[in-house]
Amino acid sequence: MINFIWFAMMFVGLVVAAATGRIGAVSEAIFASAEQAVAVAFSMISVMTFWLGIMKIIEKSGLIHWVVKILRPLSVLLFPRLPQNHPAVHAILMNMSANLLGMGSAATPFGLKAMQELQNLNPHAESASDEMCTFLAVNTSSITLIPTTVIALRAASGSRNPTEIVGTTILATLVAWTTGILAERLLRNFSRAGRR
Amino acid sequence: MLQNLLQTVAAWSIPLFLLLALVYAVYKKVDVFDTFVEGARDGFQTSITLIPYLVAMIVAIGLLRASGAIDLLVGFLEPLLTRFHIPGEILPLALMRPLSGSGALGITAEILNSYGPDSFIGRVASTMQGSTDTTFYILTVYFGSVGIRKIRHALAVGLIADFAAFAATLVICTLFFG
Repeated sequence: MINFIWFAMMFVGLVVAAATGRIGAVSEAIFASAEQAVAVAFSMISVMTFWLGIMKIIEKSGLIHWVVKILRPLSVLLFPRLPQNHPAVHAILMNMSANLLGMGSAATPFGLKAMQELQNLNPHAESASDEMCTFLAVNTSSITLIPTTVIALRAASGSRNPTEIVGTTILATLVAWTTGILAERLLRNFSRAGRR
Repeated sequence: MLQNLLQTVAAWSIPLFLLLALVYAVYKKVDVFDTFVEGARDGFQTSITLIPYLVAMIVAIGLLRASGAIDLLVGFLEPLLTRFHIPGEILPLALMRPLSGSGALGITAEILNSYGPDSFIGRVASTMQGSTDTTFYILTVYFGSVGIRKIRHALAVGLIADFAAFAATLVICTLFFG
């Protein structure tokens, strides 16, 4: 699947560039993007290192159990088959809390830690587990209380009320969130793990 | 009032959280420095593992953008949207949002500047920008970091959620601001 998607993106890009006379822009776009990708990975090192250190402290001190206790209804609802005291659930709940509170820099490290823990529980090492798909559905509709970037952007372009979109954003996110989770539950039976 | 409150919450959440985490750990007699270093050790490796996945995906998206394929798709879909009374100006953002975070942010900034942040289109763009995340990027990074090759229905689910956010944004903004 991912092989086909990637091929299709590259193929369409190359063919359309040729057809619209933008072939000159192709090499430039490729190498600028590749450089950007490496820059993203490098900028992630600092953030990952810091937040994984903090995550270890939270786990060792037992603070994580308070987070788990508060958010347990959510994790039971979303991940009924995971043992609720597993490190995977810890990292998932920390990722959600970070997103919710607008701590964007912390969300990705917790999210990647969650994926590693979920992978330890995954019987098919090369194929995504149901729990991973649920977790990704939760993450791609980033649920947040404060869309800080958008508010800053609105303020910068002279809005009279930069935060008036907070309510509509939360509502739209909730719709996306619910749809994503329901879609995942429906679709998981059509793509059983380890079959393809 | 609400604006101040939200900005205060945003500014304080990380410092307060760190304070709580550290004070509680010391209270529980955890060696905070040693524990931090122990956990932080994995940060480098995890980030470096991502490079090939990120290069593959970001190059493909960069190529799609530079080729004009997205403009073509917009031109093709716009008449359809107009028939349903949906402002076509929002379409480039809806198409870019799942692909590229920086690309979508650029389009949002452009919309806010040309139509004004307090116009209907400006509000729709703001809500759309805030209510979904960069699906392709998240899938690439999250699955890449653990070497998952068969992503099953994850992409379909992500795109369905993005579409739901798009539709919900239009309905909600019409109800609130229409």
